[in-house]
Amino acid sequence: MGKTIAEKIIQLHCAKKDIKIGDLIKAKVDFAFANDITGPLAIDVFKQIGSERVYDKNKVTFVPDHFTPNKDIKSAEQSKIIREFSQEQGLTNYFEVGKCGIEHALIPEKGLALPGQLIVGADSHTPTSGALGALAIGVGSTDLGAVLATGEIWLKVPETINFIYNGELNKWVGGKDLILYTIAQIGVDGANYKVMEFSGETIKNLSMDNRFTICNMAIEAGGKSGIIEADALTLEYLKDKTDKNFQLIKSDPDAQYVKVFEYNVSNIEPQVAFPHLPDKGKPISEVGEIRIDQSVIGSCTNGHIEDLRIAARILKNNKVDSKVRLIIIPATQQIYLDAMEEGLLKIFIEAGAVISPPTCGPCLGGHMGVLAKGEKAVSTTNRNFVGRMGHPESEVYLSGPAVAAASAITGKISSPEEVV
Amino acid sequence: MIIKGSVWKFGDNIDTDVIIPARYLNTSDTQELAAHCMEDYDRDFVKKIKHGDIIVAGENFGCGSSREHAPIAIKAAGISCIIAKSFARIFYRNAINIGLPIFDSTELFNKSEQSDILEVHPQQGLIKNISKDMEFRMNSMPEFIQEIISAGGLVEYTRNEMKRRKHN
Repeated sequence: MGKTIAEKIIQLHCAKKDIKIGDLIKAKVDFAFANDITGPLAIDVFKQIGSERVYDKNKVTFVPDHFTPNKDIKSAEQSKIIREFSQEQGLTNYFEVGKCGIEHALIPEKGLALPGQLIVGADSHTPTSGALGALAIGVGSTDLGAVLATGEIWLKVPETINFIYNGELNKWVGGKDLILYTIAQIGVDGANYKVMEFSGETIKNLSMDNRFTICNMAIEAGGKSGIIEADALTLEYLKDKTDKNFQLIKSDPDAQYVKVFEYNVSNIEPQVAFPHLPDKGKPISEVGEIRIDQSVIGSCTNGHIEDLRIAARILKNNKVDSKVRLIIIPATQQIYLDAMEEGLLKIFIEAGAVISPPTCGPCLGGHMGVLAKGEKAVSTTNRNFVGRMGHPESEVYLSGPAVAAASAITGKISSPEEVV
Repeated sequence: MIIKGSVWKFGDNIDTDVIIPARYLNTSDTQELAAHCMEDYDRDFVKKIKHGDIIVAGENFGCGSSREHAPIAIKAAGISCIIAKSFARIFYRNAINIGLPIFDSTELFNKSEQSDILEVHPQQGLIKNISKDMEFRMNSMPEFIQEIISAGGLVEYTRNEMKRRKHN
C-alpha cells in the first residue's frame, strides 16, 4: 500500500519499522526552534529535565520575533533569556534583531529547512516550511524543551488529506485566497490532527512565496502540518541557500488519503475572512460596505517580497485614505532590503504607509499597530479571533495583500479592481 | 485520584488567544498568567471560579496559537481538568505535557449545564454528573500517553528516559 509524504518522512526519522497511521512513535528531529515567547518556557523545561547541552548545536535556533525590537521591559527579559542561552550553548544559528525576521520566513530563507526533513517549532505556524517538502510541525514549549534535550519527539503517525487545486487563478487571487477558501470549506477543525497535502496543477504553477502562505495557515484548519511536494521550483529556491544534501520525497500514486478535496480555482475570488474565526471566509463580491481603521500587510503569512510587490502595484500613484493607518511589515531583513532596492518602500511611503521592522507585532496584538475598542482592521495576518489584534471589541478581517492594499486606499474593504 | 468540581461551560473553538491574550505573554510567571485567564471571554472568570472547578467545552478546545501559557494559565487559575467534545492538537499535547488532566466526552458536554457538580474518576474512565445523577464513560488515552501522565508530565518522563539511556 502506498504512503504519503508525511508517512515517508516520519518513517525515515524513526527506528520502528513499517509504521502505520495511528502508531505513536519517537522520531529524530532535524531542526528545532522557538521564539521570544515560547523559548523561555522551553529553556526552563530543558533545565528541569537536567540537560546541560542541546542535542546538536547546529540543529537548534531561537528567533526573537514576536515582541521585538522589545516593546517593554518584560519582553526584553524574555529575549535576554533566549539570547543568553543561545550564547551559552554556542548555537551555530542565532538571529539578533537587525539580522532577524519572522521565524517562518527567516528559517527557509537561511536554508535551515530542507525537503524531506522533520522540523519542529514551538510556534503554531511552523508548517510554513512544509512548502519545501519538509514535515514541519508546531508544538508547545514543553515538547520543544524535551526535543532540545533528546533530539527526539513523540508523534502519532498522522492521516493525510489531499487538497487538489486545478485551473487558472483569477486576477488578484493568490495563495492566501486559496487557503482562506479551503479553510472556509472544511472549518477551523476540518483537518484537526491531520496533515494537509496541497497538490494539483495550480500548486505546481504557484510561486514559493504563495506556497509558503498556503502551508502557513494549515493550523487554522487544525492541521498537524501542511506540505507540498518539492519540485524544480523548490530546487531553484534552495540553490543559493544550502550546500547540504537532502531528499526529495513524493507521495506514492496509490497513497492512502483519509479524504480528498478537489477545487477548480477559476471559481475562486479574492477572499475575506470575517471576525472571529479564520473559516468565516467570503468572496470579495459578497463583503458589502465595511469601513476600516487600519490595514496591515505583513506577518509570517504574507510578509514575503511577492506580497509587498503586489501591494506596491496597487499603492503606486495612490494615497492611503485619510482615516486609515496602513502598516507594512517586511517579514525579514532580506525582504526589507529587497523591497528597498526594488523601490517598493518609496511607493509605500509616498502612499502614506508606515513601514515597520520585521516583527510579528500587530498580528497577535503585541505592538506596532494594536487596535482600540471598536476599531476594524483588514489584515494579511492569519487569525481574527476575539481580541487578537488588540481590544476584545475590535475586529480583524483577514485577506491577501491585494485586498489589504486596495482597502487602505478606499477606506473600506475593497476589491483591487476598484482602485487599479 | 478523584476530581470534583462545578462546571464552567464553554462553546466550540475556544482559542488560546481568548484563554490568555497575547498582551500578557511577555511573562512566563504562572500566577500572573492565571490572573488573566479567559479575561476576554469573561472579565471576572478567575474571580468567579473555585479551586477544583471543571471546564466543559465543545469542539476544538484550545485552537490557534501553540502558546503553552494557555493550559498553564488554566491550571494555575485552579481549574482541575477540562472535558471537551474535542481538543485542538497542540493544546492536547501541551495539557498532557504539563500535567493538566483533559478528557473527551461528547455525551457529557451534551448533558451537562453550567454549575453542575461533576466527579471524575480517571482510573475507571468514568465521569459522574452528581447534579443530574448521570454517569458517562470517557474515551481512554493511548498507553503511551498514560505513561507520560503517570510520570507526572513530559519533563519527568523525559528525565526518566534519559537516565534509562545512560544506564544502557
